[in-house]
Amino acid sequence: MPTFLKRILGLVVVVALLIGMNTFMGREGLFGFGLPYYYAEIINLTGISIILAVSLNLITGYTGQFSIGHAGFMAVGAYSSVFMTVYYSEGLEQSLTGLVGATLAQSLVFLGVIIFGALVAAIAGLVVGIPSLRLRGDYLAIVTLGFAEIIRIIILNIDRVGGATGFRGRVPPWDGRLIIPQYANFIWIGGFAVITIVVVYNIVNSDTGRALISIREDELAAEAMGINTTRHKVLAFVISSAFAGIAGALFGHFRQFLHTNDFQFIRSIEIIIMIVLGGMGSITGAVLGAIVITILPELLRKLPGDLYSYRLVIYSALLIVIMLTRPQGVMGAKEFGLSWLKRPQRRPEGDKPAGEKGVPIAQQPATAVIDQGKEQGKEHA
Amino acid sequence: MKRTLFALFLITTLLTALACERRGNATNGSGTGPIVVGYYGDLSGRTSSFGQSTKNGAEMAADEINKAGGIDGRTIQIIVEDDQGEPNKAATVVTKLINQDKVMAILGEVASSNSLAAAPKAQAAKVPMISPSSTNPAVTQVGDYIFRVCFIDPFQGEVMAKFAANNLKAKHAAILYDFNSDYSRGLFEFFKRSFTSLGGQIVLEKSYTQGDRDFSGQLTAIRSANPDVIYVPGYYGEVGVISNQTKQLGIKAPLLGGDGWDAPQLWQLGGASLNGNYISNHYSVDDPSPAIQKFVADYKARYNISPDALAALGYDSMKVLADAIKRAGSTENTKLRDAIAQTKDFPGVTGKISIDKDRNAVKPAVVLKLENSKFVYETTIAPEGSTPPATSSAPASGASTAGAPAPPAKAASPTN
Amino acid sequence: MDTFVQQLINGLNVGAIYALIALGYTMVYGILRLINFAHGDVYMVGAFAGYFIALSLGLAAGPSIFSLALVLLGSMIIAAIVGMIIERFAYRPVRKYSRMTTLIMAIGVSLLIENLFVARIGAAPRAFPDFLGSQSQPPIHLFGNAAISKAQIIIFLVSIALMVLLQWVVFRTKVGTAMRAVSFNLNSAKLMGINTDAIISLTFAIGSSLAAAGGVLTAQYNPNIDPLMGILTGLKAFVAAVLGGIGNIPGAVLGGLLIGAAETFVVGYGSQIGIASTYRDAVAFAILILVLLLRPSGLLGSTVQEKV
Repeated sequence: MPTFLKRILGLVVVVALLIGMNTFMGREGLFGFGLPYYYAEIINLTGISIILAVSLNLITGYTGQFSIGHAGFMAVGAYSSVFMTVYYSEGLEQSLTGLVGATLAQSLVFLGVIIFGALVAAIAGLVVGIPSLRLRGDYLAIVTLGFAEIIRIIILNIDRVGGATGFRGRVPPWDGRLIIPQYANFIWIGGFAVITIVVVYNIVNSDTGRALISIREDELAAEAMGINTTRHKVLAFVISSAFAGIAGALFGHFRQFLHTNDFQFIRSIEIIIMIVLGGMGSITGAVLGAIVITILPELLRKLPGDLYSYRLVIYSALLIVIMLTRPQGVMGAKEFGLSWLKRPQRRPEGDKPAGEKGVPIAQQPATAVIDQGKEQGKEHA
Repeated sequence: MKRTLFALFLITTLLTALACERRGNATNGSGTGPIVVGYYGDLSGRTSSFGQSTKNGAEMAADEINKAGGIDGRTIQIIVEDDQGEPNKAATVVTKLINQDKVMAILGEVASSNSLAAAPKAQAAKVPMISPSSTNPAVTQVGDYIFRVCFIDPFQGEVMAKFAANNLKAKHAAILYDFNSDYSRGLFEFFKRSFTSLGGQIVLEKSYTQGDRDFSGQLTAIRSANPDVIYVPGYYGEVGVISNQTKQLGIKAPLLGGDGWDAPQLWQLGGASLNGNYISNHYSVDDPSPAIQKFVADYKARYNISPDALAALGYDSMKVLADAIKRAGSTENTKLRDAIAQTKDFPGVTGKISIDKDRNAVKPAVVLKLENSKFVYETTIAPEGSTPPATSSAPASGASTAGAPAPPAKAASPTN
Repeated sequence: MDTFVQQLINGLNVGAIYALIALGYTMVYGILRLINFAHGDVYMVGAFAGYFIALSLGLAAGPSIFSLALVLLGSMIIAAIVGMIIERFAYRPVRKYSRMTTLIMAIGVSLLIENLFVARIGAAPRAFPDFLGSQSQPPIHLFGNAAISKAQIIIFLVSIALMVLLQWVVFRTKVGTAMRAVSFNLNSAKLMGINTDAIISLTFAIGSSLAAAGGVLTAQYNPNIDPLMGILTGLKAFVAAVLGGIGNIPGAVLGGLLIGAAETFVVGYGSQIGIASTYRDAVAFAILILVLLLRPSGLLGSTVQEKV
């Protein structure tokens, strides 16, 4: 089958799955059966985590720039998109409804604010990235943390988006929607998760991606080979922030409530843990890590009484144990069954050789790439 | 490779099939069996001392009720969930409580921001929720299933402003508030509004963040502004130290505060420097009334520490819920909702509780003076529009409801 | 004028604590090029160690230099042990791995300590017994409204004493020379017969004990201690270390004092130029960003050429 036909087929399958899954999670369910709302919520949150993890992986895993500020960009995207929806989009939506009908109008408006959120987050990424990215590993980590905190404090000071109370909808004396509408459902979240994976995958497997990896491996050597490291680093940072913004926008329209307490640096650290657990140079790893780290705390809630209060201790101990035993994460730098591009592995000394514990490296023809991508999206949808 | 994918696909489908449930309306609250109540709060994060205190109060209340035979023979079973102080997680755990644990009512949360995130879930699922201590007016506006048993910000802020202007004859006030706390900011806003409308002047506003250790910068600036009183509507952890540092800097003006001061650790942190300050509160732990003293003694015996205001509110929220269940005769949600809404003059340890038409609690505030590690009764300030009653808090509902939530006459509450 | 002096005193007081903690950061970084994220939590551990020592020995509040000294010494020893345990079991195994791994490990240790304390003893703040009588003794007036309290004086003196002691150890003893050698070049030091593992352990021990001293002293000034008190303070102390020049001991002290003063001045005077006191925490981060942009080696540090 020609490639583009395969792509269209893949697209159709993904969309069908998303719609089916969404109905299953919704009020009516599929044929009278539905997924408990609690699980549905967890799955949606996992989808958002996937977007965050995969995008952070681009800058931290592939380019080697340690950023603990991801929650800050998520906040920027969330607040700016929700701000738009609450205060400025009502009129537009009504006029569009007259033109194309309610659902389409709503979707267009939502798409619009998501893109707006992504843009603002990208700009924030630019502002933060340009000065910070010339710093080395550990400093960069602290600086990004600092920027994220500053962003959070600034948002906390803006009363129009709720201040210390949180943002549910319009704040008098301004006019606007009373409550943030729940535009985001699984179709949107799952869809964007797939888009993120595909985009990051394509970047990584392109010339730009190779440049990024070379920067991770040895920045001086890359510079010496003529790669404009600053430009590439900033580019990766901006793209990654834009996706964090998208995740934030989806989050805001899913939860219908925003508060800066959800964007503290513990959130950024959670995302770091996701990609560390999964393997920092691997998209599959990021997805796996996102799923595990989002679901694990919920599973730990089932612990009996006394142990319940030790949940977070178990959580942190787990992180330490992983760092001691398998610091490259579950997937290392490998993808799920795919290695037609030999990736230079960032292997710490004393680590086990690649392939020993991982998935066998199979040679796949280039055209199978798209199928793999779509199927990866499917499994985790 | 393709086989592994297929296997994964099968497993996922199987899990999904196992996990699914039938769609249709399930009414919570069958007639028999234990009464399942959900409690959610911060049990491990920055504000976990509040969540734990409140939980202690609620659990003690439930135990008392169960020991006395339960409600119509049914025992209360509390399911506790930790939201780590994050609004996102608050919404998730409430969904879990409603969906998985099939709770009939929910108690929570302490912080208004977490309540605001979770209340829509309770409202949508038509499960009554009673907040023990969220003071932001917006919380109960979420819907008719959301209640609270505490003051709302407009009221408490107003009370202290009145006291400062009328009783202490203060003309200039400085404010030092906790910027990160919605509670503190709410009180600050309403105090400012009331105080200025009574003719006073706010000479300086400074803020700090919960967790700050040093306030000398703000206090030195306040000292230069020379206020008659300083309003510090924060929590005891910082207030105790602030009081101390105030005396160290030689500031003579008394400090005024709210119920967030009320905790046994306050005295340990502030010591003698607290003498001469005033707070607004629902009640006083040193109130000699037997009901309150019994509560304090039982709590001390069970948890080894004196109860703070939050524990008392947690206790009352459970008791109010139990009382409503008894009056409703069932845990069916519409009946329960109506019964809670009709609560009148319920004798809680935090005062006589009546629920008004906005689902907020109406009770008078007492102003207490801090003296020698005790809260000493100073005066009672009643809601606007009614004469200050001697002890009880429930004048004719018409008069009092005009005062406590957003009185249309005053521009006290913006979010209506 | 007296307000200015008062703010200065306040700022230096806060700064002295940052300086004590920053010393630990700077020493560890100098040797291992590792940002010890868990250092802020060691400060917290020190404060709680002091609290529990006082509790178990039944030391009551009330002016008693002896009690203070006892508690200080006890907590410093306990913190030193904790620091060495962290180094031995968490950092040493991953030392040979990439920087990122060690950083993540540090974050993990920090989270573990915090969550362990919260789970075990609850997050409610405790009141550290006051051994300097700051709650009952009036401050000493300097001029006008400016006053300095006895507690503040003692904090200054003890901090300075500890820093001078550290200077002496690092520059006048054999062990100190070994520490400096290891910070110059670990492998060469090894070749010269220095037991680098032992020196590294010692560095952690000293740094941790200083942080604990900071914890106990700050608890005299502000008796409110809780398990999460180390996070932000630790970060600011790190900024202080960077400001002074990471790896440079007098630099850490200077950085700490400057950050303390800057914070206090912004909080006190900021509203006059439109910066609310709520931006207090942002001050440290803003300084960090400026330093790293303009003078990355810090005030007293020297630039290091990166060898290819």
